Amino acid sequence: MIKVRGLTKSFAGQPVLRGVDLDVPDGSITVIIGRSGGGKSVFLKHLLGLLRPDSGEVMINGTDITQLGTRAMDEVRRHYGVVFQGGALFDSLTCFDNVAFPLREKTELGPDEIAKRVEQRLDQVGLVGVGAKYPAEVSGGMRKRVAIARALVTEPEIVFFDEPTTGLDPCWSTRFTG
Amino acid sequence: MAEPAVPAVVRPFEAIGRRTIELVEALGRFGGFFGLALFSMVTPPFKTRAFIDRLHYIGYRSLLIIILTGAFTGMVLGLQVYLTLSRFGSEAFLGPAVALSLIRELGPVLAALMVTGRAGSALTAEIGIMRITEQIDALTVMALNPFRYLVTPSILAGIVTFPMMTALFDVVGIFGGYLVGVKLLGLSEGTYFGEMRTFVDFHDVMTGFWKSLSFGAIVTWVATYKGFYVGHGAEGVARATTQAVVLASVLILVWDYFLGSILP
Repeated sequence: MIKVRGLTKSFAGQPVLRGVDLDVPDGSITVIIGRSGGGKSVFLKHLLGLLRPDSGEVMINGTDITQLGTRAMDEVRRHYGVVFQGGALFDSLTCFDNVAFPLREKTELGPDEIAKRVEQRLDQVGLVGVGAKYPAEVSGGMRKRVAIARALVTEPEIVFFDEPTTGLDPCWSTRFTG
Repeated sequence: MAEPAVPAVVRPFEAIGRRTIELVEALGRFGGFFGLALFSMVTPPFKTRAFIDRLHYIGYRSLLIIILTGAFTGMVLGLQVYLTLSRFGSEAFLGPAVALSLIRELGPVLAALMVTGRAGSALTAEIGIMRITEQIDALTVMALNPFRYLVTPSILAGIVTFPMMTALFDVVGIFGGYLVGVKLLGLSEGTYFGEMRTFVDFHDVMTGFWKSLSFGAIVTWVATYKGFYVGHGAEGVARATTQAVVLASVLILVWDYFLGSILP
């Protein structure tokens, strides 16, 4: 469960978040909608532990992550899957290697099992046969789908999406949002 | 509650104080960055694959420019030193003059400046682009320390490759001096290399080695730091790249003077 209480954040005296409260129960899908520049991405970065708030609490499964050190925060992040606004794929790796990356680095799985899981995820997002291409060689929508496959491949407990349907065609947008 | 307005007479002092605090903070962050990199070098997990990639990126891909600049530096030295020595009838000392200049001073400094221009700038731009496209954030939220993937392997590769590239620069430069002094200007081959053996000793080689090793750390430290804390957008990357090259070049020359003063 995610529970946010009184979250405030300013940049150079400019307030971006003013006492945000939020509850996200287990097993639910919660969507945050707002105008462009309204602080949605800044709010998400607080949930990911990439920004520290000026005040307030961010409770993930009962732990206030605003008080955690790097190592303890990494333990919390092991349960995360994240899709960034622009995909944030690693330019130097192929699409296959991008999806395989968290499995190679965070699990003890063998190459065959990793290949099987990666192909499975790429298939789910309609990208069979593009694994050998680099992110720069595929379209923006395909990059987004690779990013979604990468976020889901470790079967995380909590998945965060920053503008998940941006760059996707209407068919895939509908599929992702249900 | 809003802070009270600062009286006009105090404002210049406030500005100086604010700048001083910012400078001290930046220096602290810069030093802490290197300390963290050193800590990551000696504590697991080690990213061997990333280290090998960086060896290739910083070292192997700089070979051509090292060979070219080394050859022409040696040739220019051979020509100019020969012309100077011939005024005193001391052409026989061309070999040691070229070798000592290259091994103690020009080899480490010029090789470092060349690699700063080629690999240092590229390193800053690459890490900077990874920062602004959220690739570094992606590593962080995967609970993978971006420092261990991007910074530590680069600095370690710099420390390993710079002495090797300097050695190559020296050898090619000495051969360039040989081409001009012996093949073009007619000095005897035995004199060129014989006098070199007499006058160049192990301390000279070690001076060049320590310089190049420290330059390797400085260049990669500055390049990765500037990339890691890049500003916003393409302009931020461009500014960081320029700053990295300028700062690394200045630090190389300052540190060279310092080491030249304390090493035998």
